[in-house]
Amino acid sequence: MLNGNIAALLYLVSGILFILALRGLSSPETARQGNWFGVIGMGIAAATTFFYQLPWGFSSFLWVLLAVAIGGSIGVWRARTIEMTAMPQLVALFHALIGLAAVFVAASALYAPQGFGLGVRNEIHGSTLFEMSLGAAIGAITFTGSVIAFLKLDGRMTGNPILLANRHAINIGLGILLAVSIFAFVPTAAHLVFWLIVLVSFALGVLLIVPIGGADMPVVISMLNSYSGWAAAAIGFTLVNLALIITGALVGSSGAILSYVMCRGMNRSFISVMLGGFGGETAVPAGTREAETRPVKQGSAEGAAKILLAAKKVIVVPGYGMAVAQAQHVVGVMADILKSKGVDVKYAIHPVAGRMPGHMNVLLAEANVPYDEVFELTDINPEFPDADVAFVIGANDITNPAAKTDSSSPIYGMPILDVEHAKDVLFVKRGMGTGYAGVENELFFRPNTTMLFGDAKKMVDAIVKAMG
Amino acid sequence: MAEVDPQLLDKIQAATRAAWHAADAVQAYAEQIAAGASAASGGAIDPFIFRLAIFALAVIVGYYVVWAVTPALHTPLMSVTNAISSVIVVGALLSSGIDPSSGNDSGIAHVFGFLALTLASVNIFGGFLVTERMLSMFKKKG
Repeated sequence: MLNGNIAALLYLVSGILFILALRGLSSPETARQGNWFGVIGMGIAAATTFFYQLPWGFSSFLWVLLAVAIGGSIGVWRARTIEMTAMPQLVALFHALIGLAAVFVAASALYAPQGFGLGVRNEIHGSTLFEMSLGAAIGAITFTGSVIAFLKLDGRMTGNPILLANRHAINIGLGILLAVSIFAFVPTAAHLVFWLIVLVSFALGVLLIVPIGGADMPVVISMLNSYSGWAAAAIGFTLVNLALIITGALVGSSGAILSYVMCRGMNRSFISVMLGGFGGETAVPAGTREAETRPVKQGSAEGAAKILLAAKKVIVVPGYGMAVAQAQHVVGVMADILKSKGVDVKYAIHPVAGRMPGHMNVLLAEANVPYDEVFELTDINPEFPDADVAFVIGANDITNPAAKTDSSSPIYGMPILDVEHAKDVLFVKRGMGTGYAGVENELFFRPNTTMLFGDAKKMVDAIVKAMG
Repeated sequence: MAEVDPQLLDKIQAATRAAWHAADAVQAYAEQIAAGASAASGGAIDPFIFRLAIFALAVIVGYYVVWAVTPALHTPLMSVTNAISSVIVVGALLSSGIDPSSGNDSGIAHVFGFLALTLASVNIFGGFLVTERMLSMFKKKG
C-alpha cells in the first residue's frame, strides 16, 4: 500500500515525463528519446496505481494479467504489421479505444465508487458525477466518431459526405437531450440516465462525422485526437488523478492545434469542416461545369525520364495518390538515381497532403528519403522558380493556381505549392479527373506541363526503367 | 504658467473621488465573495480549484510544446499523444482492483475495469511501438 501523497507525486512525475515526450518531437534527433520519456512516464503511472492497490486479490491479479496480455499482444501485432499508408486508420482506431475506455472507467466508477475513493454507492459528490458524465459523453462521441472515421479512411464506407435530411436539427436536438440528461444525472446518479447519456453521445459521434468528406479527414482525425484528450482529462478530474489531468490537457490542446493547422492548410474554417458536405473521394460531377475539351500534352515514361535526367534541380510534390498507389518506395529509388547523376532532388510537402497531419513525411521516411531533403510549403515555395522540373505525383488541388487567382473557386485562398513556376511540370495522375474540391486545374493545359497518365507506382517504375 | 479652468479642476477632483469610491466598493465585493467561497468550503480553498489550475497550466504548456513540434513529425505526434492518453489505464487498474464479490454492483464494475484495461493496453503497447517504428525511419542525409 502506497501512501496517497507519494502516489500523487509520482503521478505528477509521469505527467511531466509526458510533457518531455512531446517536447522531444521538436526535432527528429530528439524524438526517439522523447518517446522513451513517454514509455517511462506510462510505466511510472501504471506501477504507482498497481502498488497503491496492494494487496491484490489473487483472481483480480490474474484478470489484470489477462487483460494486459490480450490488449498488449493486439497492440504489438498491429504496431508491427501496419502499413505506413494505413497509419491514419490505425490512429483513428486508437482514438476509438481511448474513448471507449473512458466510458468504461466512468461506468465502473459509477457502479463501485468505493474502489476509486469516491465515497459509497449512491452518495457520490455532485461535482464528481458531473465530471464523470462529461468524461463518458466525450469518450462516447470520440468512440463512435473515430469508428466512422476509421471506416471512411479504410475504404469500408464511402468517403463521400453522407448528408441526412435535417441533420443540423437532429444534431441540435441530440445536443440538447445530452445537456438535459447530464443535468438530470448529477442530482440523481441514476444508472439509467448515465446509459442514456452514453447512448445519445454514441449517436452524436456517428452523426457528426458521417457528413464529412474524405478530403477533410486530416481535420477530423486531429479533432478526435483532441476529444480523446478532453475525455481523459474529465476522467482525471473524476478520479482526482494528476497524470490523467495533465495528459488530457496536453492531448486536448495538441489535437486542437493540429485541427487548426489543417484548417489553415485548406483555408477553411473549422465550423465549415464540421458542417460537412465537402470533399468526397471522387470528383463531384458538376452538372453546370462545361465539359473540358482543351487538349493536354500527354507524355510517356521515357520522355519523362529524359526531362528528369536533363534537369539540375527537381522538386518532388507527393500527394495522397502516391500513398494509395504505395509508390513512395519507387519514388525514393527514382530520386536516388537522379542524385547519383548529380541532380539536386528536394521534396515539397503541403500541410494537408495525405490523410493525416505529417503523413507524407512518414511515407517518405519509410522510403529512405532523408528528412533534411523534405521541406514545408513556406520553405520550398521560393525555390520553384529555380527548379527545372516539378514532379507532382498523386496531388492536384494543392498545386492549383486557381487558389490564388480565381475568387469564385472553392479552393480560393488555400495556400498552394507554386509548381507553376518550375520550368517543366510533370503530373503523374490516374486520369483527367478533378481533385477533391471538384475544380479543374489550369496547370494541366499549360504548354510546359506534361501529363503522365497511369497508376503512380507503375508509372514511376517505368520511368526508373527508362533511366536505365 | 498656463491658465487652468477652475471648473475643469473641480471636475477632475470629482472624477477622482468617484473612482476612489468605486475601487472601495469593488474591494468590498471581492472580500464578500472570497468570504462566501471560503465559508462554503470550510475556510479552505476547494481542492477542485487546484485541479483546475493544474489543468489550465497544462493546457498552456501543451499549447507551447505542440507549436514547437516540427510539422514533419505531426503523425508521430498524434500517435504519441494517443499512446500517452492511455494513462487512463490508471482508472482501469483501479476498477480492476475492485473485489468483484464485495456486493452491490462490484462485479459489473470489475467487468468494466477488465474491458477498459484491455483497451488501454492495446494503446499503450501499440501506440508507443508504432511511434518508435515511425521515428526510427527518420534519417539524416549521408
